[in-house]
Amino acid sequence: MAERGFQVARLPGFATTAVIVFIALYLPIFTLVAYSFNASTSLAVWGGFSLDWYAKAWDNSQVKDATIRSLIIASFAAVISTTVATMAALGTTRRRAFKGQTFIYVMINQPLMVPEIVTAVALMIVFGLVKVWLTSIGMGSLTTGLGYLILAHSAFCIPFAYLPIRARLEGMDLTLETAAADLYATPWQTFRRVTLPLLAPGMIAGAMLAFVISLDDVVITEFVKSGGQDTLPTYMLGQMRRQLTPEINAVSTMLLGLTVVLLTAFFLLTRKKT
Amino acid sequence: MSPAEDDAIRASARNGWLLSTPALVILTLAAAGPLLIVVVYSFLSPGQHGNVVWDFSTDGWVGILWSKDIFTEEWALADAHLAIFWRSLWLSLMTTAFTFLVGFPTAWFIATRPAKERALWLFLITIPFWTNLLIRTYAINEVLRKEGLMNTVLLGLGITDTPIEVLYTQTAIFIGMTYVYLPLMVLPLFAAIDRFDMKLLEAGYDLYASRMQVLRRVILPIVKPGIIAGSILVFVPSLGAYVTPRVLGGGKQMMIGNFIELQFLQGKNWPLGAALSMLLLMIVMVALLVYVRYANKGSSHG
Amino acid sequence: MKRLAMKRLMTATALLMATTGLGSAEGVLQLYNWGNYTSPELLEKFKAETGITVTVTDYDSNDVALAKIEAGGHGFDLVVPSANYVTIFADKGLTVPLDLARLPSHANIAPEWKDVAWDPGRTNSIPWQWGSVGIAVDTAVYSGDINTSAVWLEVPDELKGKINVVPEMTDVISLATLYYGGEPCSEDLEVLKKVRDGLLAAKPNWIAMDYGATEKMSNKDWAASVNWNGSTMRIREALPTVAYGYPKEGYTLWMDSVMLLKDAQNVDEAYTFMEFILKPENAAMISNFAKYANGIAGSEPFMDPAMATAPEVVIPEEHKANGVFLPVCSEKAREYMTAIWTELQK
Repeated sequence: MAERGFQVARLPGFATTAVIVFIALYLPIFTLVAYSFNASTSLAVWGGFSLDWYAKAWDNSQVKDATIRSLIIASFAAVISTTVATMAALGTTRRRAFKGQTFIYVMINQPLMVPEIVTAVALMIVFGLVKVWLTSIGMGSLTTGLGYLILAHSAFCIPFAYLPIRARLEGMDLTLETAAADLYATPWQTFRRVTLPLLAPGMIAGAMLAFVISLDDVVITEFVKSGGQDTLPTYMLGQMRRQLTPEINAVSTMLLGLTVVLLTAFFLLTRKKT
Repeated sequence: MSPAEDDAIRASARNGWLLSTPALVILTLAAAGPLLIVVVYSFLSPGQHGNVVWDFSTDGWVGILWSKDIFTEEWALADAHLAIFWRSLWLSLMTTAFTFLVGFPTAWFIATRPAKERALWLFLITIPFWTNLLIRTYAINEVLRKEGLMNTVLLGLGITDTPIEVLYTQTAIFIGMTYVYLPLMVLPLFAAIDRFDMKLLEAGYDLYASRMQVLRRVILPIVKPGIIAGSILVFVPSLGAYVTPRVLGGGKQMMIGNFIELQFLQGKNWPLGAALSMLLLMIVMVALLVYVRYANKGSSHG
Repeated sequence: MKRLAMKRLMTATALLMATTGLGSAEGVLQLYNWGNYTSPELLEKFKAETGITVTVTDYDSNDVALAKIEAGGHGFDLVVPSANYVTIFADKGLTVPLDLARLPSHANIAPEWKDVAWDPGRTNSIPWQWGSVGIAVDTAVYSGDINTSAVWLEVPDELKGKINVVPEMTDVISLATLYYGGEPCSEDLEVLKKVRDGLLAAKPNWIAMDYGATEKMSNKDWAASVNWNGSTMRIREALPTVAYGYPKEGYTLWMDSVMLLKDAQNVDEAYTFMEFILKPENAAMISNFAKYANGIAGSEPFMDPAMATAPEVVIPEEHKANGVFLPVCSEKAREYMTAIWTELQK
């Protein structure tokens, strides 16, 4: 009875809903980007095309500081988390399941499960205690600096770096390494010259994900930061409670642009090569 | 097993631990460890001007549901607290349900595109997912404002005469959370539908089933793990949402996340804040356990 | 090859960190201040004259600032609390008394602000700005009497769902206490009960309890707000129909002052800055930005002439008597205020 024109996979209304969803997802973002070029202060009335807000944002020393700080923290966090995540991935895959492996797995994925506000509050308390203790033993100079933020960011970036690396590792062909061993390569040589290069795309992907995640973090940074340590998102959060000029749109668009670039690179890197 | 094999296995396990140690250290210092301290803090007494005094007290936990009337000094059920919990639960459930309603067709759509197009659609749905949460919330804020896109369109089309003021209400938070967490529902659904064998649909139709029946009795049961995963991925963050209610709620529509923050600021009740954090964590753990149970049950089906 | 890129990135960021560290050798100052309250021009002038870069971190409320400082490890050098909080900061040992020998311009402080109840002899703080808390109303939306706290406590129909109340605990509760016939810092349970019940009853009629009236009223997101006077003047400059109401039941006067934190890392730079803002022309710059009066004698010639006639800055005769400077409350009174406030915030 099935007419040949009948499409098996078509369900009524689904395509329409999907298209509406896509439009609904992008419309607010487009509006935000569009108004960053708005000449007038109003966020509703179009006053003509202008790059003034970008100039203003660029001149704004707080924006500059916050951006540099975000980039520094994200870079360090990405490198640190990717390095330890690679080691952890190597330690938890392609071997016999050992006692406690589940524990390691849970620990690594725990930042994904714990609500950010809980971690943020916990870190605020703990770092506060550490700083007070350091001051009391006369090492007050260690209470400032980006170290705390970098540590916090590295921690929650680990699962994001871990997953692509692990996926890559599990999909890797063991025969190449066995071949290397057959050719009398030491385990270290095999690792350095066969495993690592094969793993590299996974590592880069992991590093980029970690970078994006760190760059975007708001809640944890908001609670852990101390004097003058605004990152771009926390600066924007502060401004959103007061300022509603297109300058925020301009800053958002720039951050958005950076994210899109990184994501496109990530996608291209992890594309399955046919 | 020969001793040599035993040794190899033990060495392998040791290596496994050794390699994982740096990650574990960082995570203990800046993720898991601090959580334990929060538990400790939930059993202390609030200090004069915030922070804690190291005196044991269960007031932090009691304070979740009961509060002392300032004037009569009687303990009574804290209606205001319950209102916040209920609001958080309600909004999270609504968000989960709604994102599923619109997310499922979307995921289905992407999964049924020809293979060449699929990567592009996937890319398009992923970008909002990775966009900064703050930017997405701000974007919705702009749309919902009195002079924002939504009202401009509504007024322009003549649907309403005066601008709808939806900002600073629960509806605004609901819209905001749906917008922010929708990609989180679509991606797992897509992954599950991707693995779905379309031939089963053909079989269903060949047996004279209607589209609705096929949907209900063939597709949904098989895709269930994806539904559960997506629901958890939306429910958990929306329950602990902090940024969205803060930006869209105007300080009046607090959810659990904001309520927790309040205890560390003007509320000056760190133990209560700690207890609330632990409560939130426990609710999340329960949700995750439910997921694991259902996921395992589902996989036993043929 | 990609690993090389990573190495290069690391080296670059390390260099970057080092150079930003070098910048601090030239003098930095971490100022923790209210949002939208510090003149960028002032900081530029300061940097030009002294080479010190001032980084400002914003806070919205005295309580937030107190909580942050108390938690430790904040990294700030100077903080600018309101009068009643100056005593709290000092009593808790979070700040240190000022070495007046390093502040020769200390004598510039106007006579009426030299010896205040909350800082006798001004040994702990120097003035930043002072003003009042009243009600900003868009008279195009509501044309009734705005000089009464009934506007926000017994909200008229035109303003229902359109009026914001700034979440500043001591000011809001004190305004409400004055409205219900009490004195600020009251420990009278009868009055406090009326205050609590009144606030809770009024809250559903408020659109929000948030900051940012300067922008949100200018953008017409809100039609009215319990607000600071200088912020209201700025709103009026953007939206001329906005007027500032001085509640006749009593409105609060406040002064924010600069204090030196005990944990300050840049003490020398802090003194340089404080000496700088004690000079009349610089104090005037601070005032001209946020539109509040300052406490330095001789700054009038340098101030924006519009401020000399603004009803927000120069309190009209008929309202002068109703202004109440918030005293330092007793522990008990503070506990009551905090409890009421917490209930209100939920």
